Amino acid sequence: MTRLAADGRARFGAALLCAAVLAALLAPLITTIAPAVQRDVVATRFLPPLAHDLHGVLHPLGTDRLGRDVWARLAYGARISLGVGSLAVLISTVLGVLVGTVAGTWQGRLGALLLAVTDFALALPRVVLLLLLAALWRPSAALVVVVLGVTGWMSVARLVHGEARLAASRPFAESARALGASRLRLLRHHVLPNALTPAIVGAALGFGNAILLEAGLSFLGVGVQPPAPSWGSMIASGRDTLVNAPWVAAAPGIALVLVVVAATLLGDALHDALDPARSDVRGETGAALSGS
Amino acid sequence: MLPSLLRRTIGGLAVVAGVITLTFFLLRLAPGDPTERLLGPTATAEQVSAQRHVLGLDRPLPAQYAAWVSRFVRGDWGSSISTGRPVRGMLATAWPATVRLVGISLVLSYLLGIVIGAVQATAGRRVDTTLSVATVTLFAMPGYWLGLMLVMLFTYRARILPSFGSRGFDADFLPPAARLADALRHLALPLATLTLVGLGGTARFVRGAMRDVQHAPFITVARAKGITEGRVTRHHILRNALVPVVTLLGLSLPALFSGAVFIEAIFAWPGVGRVLVEGVQARDYPVVMAATAVSALLVVAGNLLADVLAAVVDPRLREPAA
Repeated sequence: MTRLAADGRARFGAALLCAAVLAALLAPLITTIAPAVQRDVVATRFLPPLAHDLHGVLHPLGTDRLGRDVWARLAYGARISLGVGSLAVLISTVLGVLVGTVAGTWQGRLGALLLAVTDFALALPRVVLLLLLAALWRPSAALVVVVLGVTGWMSVARLVHGEARLAASRPFAESARALGASRLRLLRHHVLPNALTPAIVGAALGFGNAILLEAGLSFLGVGVQPPAPSWGSMIASGRDTLVNAPWVAAAPGIALVLVVVAATLLGDALHDALDPARSDVRGETGAALSGS
Repeated sequence: MLPSLLRRTIGGLAVVAGVITLTFFLLRLAPGDPTERLLGPTATAEQVSAQRHVLGLDRPLPAQYAAWVSRFVRGDWGSSISTGRPVRGMLATAWPATVRLVGISLVLSYLLGIVIGAVQATAGRRVDTTLSVATVTLFAMPGYWLGLMLVMLFTYRARILPSFGSRGFDADFLPPAARLADALRHLALPLATLTLVGLGGTARFVRGAMRDVQHAPFITVARAKGITEGRVTRHHILRNALVPVVTLLGLSLPALFSGAVFIEAIFAWPGVGRVLVEGVQARDYPVVMAATAVSALLVVAGNLLADVLAAVVDPRLREPAA
């Protein structure tokens, strides 16, 4: 934890994510107008950032073609993006840890079967599946969460499996076996605690990916449906007004990039901090080599 | 090498079969079917059921599945339900466009990514940090958004590059040199978008792989033998770091292909991704099935190619002749 706090990437990532979560939670307090309010459309549309409309309302990031406030839609959209992203990652992490630890503990036929299923699912074109699932059923936020969760567990399972296999073959696990512990006990008390490190790293990295995909689906019109503000559908609606109102598409994209950068940096820092072997090498041999 | 390649090929075909099966049943289990769109909201129940009979949609699912597979294998891919065009013709014109876009961008993003990652791993701290910020940002950028921003800059503001389709409307009437220039100008923005987005991930991975190798004992030995630093970097560090990079190449193909679906939608690029998106929206069963099968085949073929490349880079992966 202290190592994590000393890492600039972790501090930056955590600060940005906290800001995004706060913006989402406090959306009604930090915006000047509700996200779906349309008044005199002709008079209030395409206002540039920092403009006041004829009602005297400030629009920090301007308005879109229906006169809706971009900043308000961004803040309320954060609820959807962050919510969908974190729920989807929760599902995929739980699934991945389950598959990975079971395959690592039961290394015989069951393990081989689970690994084969994982490799198979990893080779499927994810966006094609997402498109099919999201387009064929009635698109909704809940569907997107489930679909992203169910198609995102494989990389976590792979990461966790490596660690679980190692843990299951370590002396402490073997002695537990010799003392008559069941596989289930082995899994709960010896394999799972050791496999949580890669799961946390995988979750942090998967979070960014899930947010990007959610926005992508909404961009294609098969994700969260309008008028609910989603960053992806905001980019899509800004697409037609790139010439006269570029801020409509630019703002949600920048927000998206910042949140995903934050999640990735935090994941990187977690990876380095939780993997003592790597930092030892850097600390000793690394210093010795660069000194020579 | 050959037996393992054979095993991989069989595994790959199993993946294609799995994708096709999954798609087939997902399509049929989903609510809504193509006849509703074909006949419109005023159609009577009799008209709908007659149309379903014509299309063979009233037969049991396993029978439909078996019929589709046997026709697909024989090369009869049927016609689009919504446009009536033969599906094979649609895909025959679409897949070279996708391969051109994805293939060139793959080569470019890996070449640039390896160079940037190698510079980061060997240069000083300041260069490393600057480049890290740039690559993380690219890595986090959604392709469709980057594409839109490039369109805004180069098409609307600077007015120098087209943003729609793969060729101009007058392309057929141009002399060969001008036609090539026209094709390249149309390729520029989609290619730049896809390459930039892929570049970030590759550079990050190469940097990590080189950092891991840098401290291996055999590198210390190489330095102790008095080999120059440049030679150690090129022949000992980079060569060993490239092995996981080539494996990543195979693994990143599905993602790249997925990215191409969005890019094709943005730039109206006439590829498989666009055929797929339009097919899904119209519930056009034959089109969706064939487009999915072709994209799965392309991904599996790319994976096999990456396996062969990995064996070229790493002699240890070539199985010893018995």
